[in-house]
Amino acid sequence: MDTKKTSLYQLHQDSKAKFVEFAGYQMPIQYSEGIVEEHKFTRSHSGIFDVSHMGQLFIYGDEDLTNDLEKIFPLDLKNLKLNHSKYSFLMNKDAGIYDDLIITKIEKGFLIILNAACKDNDFTILSQLLNDKYKMILDDKRSLIAIQGPKSAQILNNIINGVQNLNFMTGNWFVFKEQKIYITRSGYTGEDGFEVSISNDLAVKFTKDLIEKGAKLIGLGARDTLRLEAGLCLYGHELGKDKTPVEANLKWAISKERILKGNFIGSDVIIKQLADGVNKIRVGIKPEGRVIAREKTKIFNQSDLHIGEITSGTFGPSVNGPVAMGYIENEFSKKDTKVFLEVRGKKHPANVCGLPFYKKSYVKGAN
Amino acid sequence: MSSVKYSKEHEWITLDGDVATIGITKHATEMLGDIVFAELPEKGSNVEKDGTAGVVESTKAASDVYTPVGGEVVDTNQAIVDDPSKINEDPEGSAWFFKLKMKDKTELDSLMDKEEYDKFAKESAS
Repeated sequence: MDTKKTSLYQLHQDSKAKFVEFAGYQMPIQYSEGIVEEHKFTRSHSGIFDVSHMGQLFIYGDEDLTNDLEKIFPLDLKNLKLNHSKYSFLMNKDAGIYDDLIITKIEKGFLIILNAACKDNDFTILSQLLNDKYKMILDDKRSLIAIQGPKSAQILNNIINGVQNLNFMTGNWFVFKEQKIYITRSGYTGEDGFEVSISNDLAVKFTKDLIEKGAKLIGLGARDTLRLEAGLCLYGHELGKDKTPVEANLKWAISKERILKGNFIGSDVIIKQLADGVNKIRVGIKPEGRVIAREKTKIFNQSDLHIGEITSGTFGPSVNGPVAMGYIENEFSKKDTKVFLEVRGKKHPANVCGLPFYKKSYVKGAN
Repeated sequence: MSSVKYSKEHEWITLDGDVATIGITKHATEMLGDIVFAELPEKGSNVEKDGTAGVVESTKAASDVYTPVGGEVVDTNQAIVDDPSKINEDPEGSAWFFKLKMKDKTELDSLMDKEEYDKFAKESAS
């Protein structure tokens, strides 16, 4: 099967991107300045990320839809205000995670942003669960462009007046070149920023405008180091069908209201795990030296017992050292627990640590 | 000092008497991207021709460093361990990896000169 290209493919190529195949798409992993510079630029200025490979699922319906979605997602959707967003997951009945997602209440329905590698499967699962009762559009005519970093509000506001008044995890429709674009104040880098859903034919013009105002294109490589420093999960690494949201240490994303009442897919397991605890849990891991513990690195305790595994590990440019996340047996998950990471046959000391590695600077809005 | 020789694993080597200085090529650093970790062989250890003699890691992945010739490691460059970004800055100069005392200088014969290596690197990159 041919790999797919986003609307910005030519612009990436003109910007000297190195490409990698990701979830069936040709995506830029980095540009000429390299991952470390791109990462730092995002933290200090404003980075543009083409995330058009991600799924934009529009579901339209009335109160019945809200009720039906509450049987699927562990969210209090009845009280989700118009243009407000929540982080959540699509689970199986054992609370294993099919995908993590952002769901936003829009007029007459919901917009759900899905991972690229999961979106088609998610669509199938949701269609079945909703019995094809509602209009569902997995919209590939729209691009998704994220703008992340402390200068993003100012830069974007120069192009789309009013976006700087959005609060974190809220959105709204704006107009660009006489077309409606949907912008949320959100992102996945640990920085203040926005995600812009825009029709494909305007994506290049919009991105060029951002570049002209001082933002720079950033590849998936830096997106990964940024999200890891921010302690955020990546599907296929920290999250998967063999892990639950409680094990992933994401119980903050489960509505307390809904835990009391249950009645969503996976609720039995979630409620039990919240009451009884879990055997393994996601933690941050900070190696003491400079050695990088990559995915699948084994974690040992001080008695040399195998107690866990790294799910993501890299060098954090803002931390200026190695950072990792992994799953560890619950009794060793306390902050500052000393552990050992087996890299190339040698055991290297590390410590369980709190997340994020890099402190977030989300703003509540400029007003 | 002799002229620079190159290996197919993208190491460079120069010889001064019977002490060889070894590092990785500029081409290798461009393929790797930002180098953020370097591990070197221990001083006093013996390494075999074409054996592993260290590791470099970029933000993306880890890669072994091979030694194009065998011998006893007599010196290592701690500066690149402390600040691996130096490898990207000056790979074929101050960011050498290790020095070793060669046992068999004929091991140099199979290596490439600059012209041959540049051609090889260009072909292997495409």
